[in-house]
Amino acid sequence: MSLVNAKNLTKIYRMGEIEVEALKSVSFGIEAASFISFIGPSGSGKTTLLNLIGCLDKPTSGTLKVADISTSDLTRKEAAVFRGKNLGFIFQDFNLIPVLTVYENVEYPLLMVQNVPAEERKSRVISLLKTVGMIDQKNKFPDQISGGQKQRVAVARALVTNPRLVLADEPTANLDSKTAFMVIDIMRQMKEEFGVTFIFSTHDPKIVSEVEAVYTLQDGMLIGRSPEEGGRHV
Amino acid sequence: MFVLVFIAASGSFKYIMIGQITDSMLGHLQVHKRGYVASIDSLPLTLNLSAKAEGKLEKAMKTIPEIEAFSPRVKFGGMFSNFVETTNIRVNGVYPEKEIATVPLFLSRIKQGEKTIKKGEILIPELLANGLKVKAGDTVVVIATNRDGSVNGKQFVVGGIIESVTGPGGRDGYMHIEDAMEVLRLEEMEISEVAVRLKDFSKLNAVSNRLDEMMSKELNKKGQPVFDVRTWEKLSPFYNVARMIDVMTFFIKLMLIAIVLVSIMNVMIMAVFERIREIGTISAIGTKPKKILSLFLIEGFSLGVFGAVVGNILAIVIVFLINLVKITFNFGRQSGLVLSPSLNTGDILLISAIVIVVSVVAALQPAFKASKMEPVEALRHI
Repeated sequence: MSLVNAKNLTKIYRMGEIEVEALKSVSFGIEAASFISFIGPSGSGKTTLLNLIGCLDKPTSGTLKVADISTSDLTRKEAAVFRGKNLGFIFQDFNLIPVLTVYENVEYPLLMVQNVPAEERKSRVISLLKTVGMIDQKNKFPDQISGGQKQRVAVARALVTNPRLVLADEPTANLDSKTAFMVIDIMRQMKEEFGVTFIFSTHDPKIVSEVEAVYTLQDGMLIGRSPEEGGRHV
Repeated sequence: MFVLVFIAASGSFKYIMIGQITDSMLGHLQVHKRGYVASIDSLPLTLNLSAKAEGKLEKAMKTIPEIEAFSPRVKFGGMFSNFVETTNIRVNGVYPEKEIATVPLFLSRIKQGEKTIKKGEILIPELLANGLKVKAGDTVVVIATNRDGSVNGKQFVVGGIIESVTGPGGRDGYMHIEDAMEVLRLEEMEISEVAVRLKDFSKLNAVSNRLDEMMSKELNKKGQPVFDVRTWEKLSPFYNVARMIDVMTFFIKLMLIAIVLVSIMNVMIMAVFERIREIGTISAIGTKPKKILSLFLIEGFSLGVFGAVVGNILAIVIVFLINLVKITFNFGRQSGLVLSPSLNTGDILLISAIVIVVSVVAALQPAFKASKMEPVEALRHI
């Protein structure tokens, strides 16, 4: 059964009198525990699509179901609750909170979103920091660690709430090759270990070479899937 | 901090000023026969309290433990002569011990001569002493019109020169009350006013109301109250100056509210603006709008608490330093009065509460703005 199901998904941005059709009737299904990527040139609609899947925005028309919930019907508060329970986000610019330590950044969703008790919070945060190799830097602030380390912390933060789906928008764009592969490897391990679905939006061929399926977007339209449905991506 | 220091300093100035008025001459409150105050400029002998009435008043006052002392006074207008020249004088006949107990600064007003009032002596105001070139030890005559219209005079020795509280133009002199009775040919004690001093000035209105209630039961033949109880506020024009200070303090507090409101709102608006991406991030990972609102309100609250604490500490230090330095000022004829500001817990708590509440109010608009941000818009912010 599909974790993400989109039918004729359309998103139009209106800027004054100008209308920009960022997505044009896109349809697809993504299974649970997948490791897939949307690729395409700038302006193809990748980020828009990820924003829709992530309940950060609403489609203009069409249907989009994530974990069987129709996201267009959610209020702002319901969308926030849904994201807190089911989704994780990894951003291109890491977006760590600068006044919190590494530990506190990873702890934030458990404390402020899911209200997890202190003992359980501690054990989950420590476990994830160990998994991403950042346990020794847990008391450092974001401006004291490298880009690769920041992204590893971001991965830990995205996974600490046990989400069903993690959305990563250009997660390796600001990383060198070695660090990028390290981060991708960590994410694949998380997928294998926790059964989390990862959806990437990327130009990076390093990610493309690692995913199970690639959806290609161009001018807001889904022009291809590799491999074809039922096939295997090489 | 500035508001607290101003309240402390202006409060000290105000109470010193009030103290000068009440402790030098007026007393905290006065009791007259009803109608006397309206005619006080002419010092009417026909509106004195009889001995019996004064006795009732004294009996009532002795039941009020908050009253520390009282001084009955006979007041009359007369002529004062050094046998060469003559001028008018307002005379206060008092019991020296009672007068000193009721207005403790009385003795500090005596600039020449012994610091007392003996029988057969008169303390004359500075104006008359300078005008008629009279000094302590000189013999003078006081002449007064009695109630029956006859005129009587008596010789006195100038016991001392007394400063006027109201300025160099004052014409108030002092003699022993029995001498005053003799000049007025009073067979029985009659009192023009009774000045009263309280143990605790802060209980002024409560004691005044209580005494007034007790004495209002004493009615004359026409069924009207005999006694008129008034606080110093109703007897001195300097009350308006004290009220001005209170009004200024109130407006300073209003200014405080405005300054805190603008400052905190400015800080919070910038805090929200600088953290738009952060707000987008926390919203994206599932923080509810109400939680975001509360985060910024708590930030505003914390700024208010921090500001209040630091301000209070600085105010306490500055007030301590002012007391250490001993700033002096002059008021009326008194010089070298030492400003002694003090902070009371009520003022500290009130100002702190104002700062904290206004800080939270100021944080409301920026907090609402943050909570209403669309995460996708906020995440795009550079």
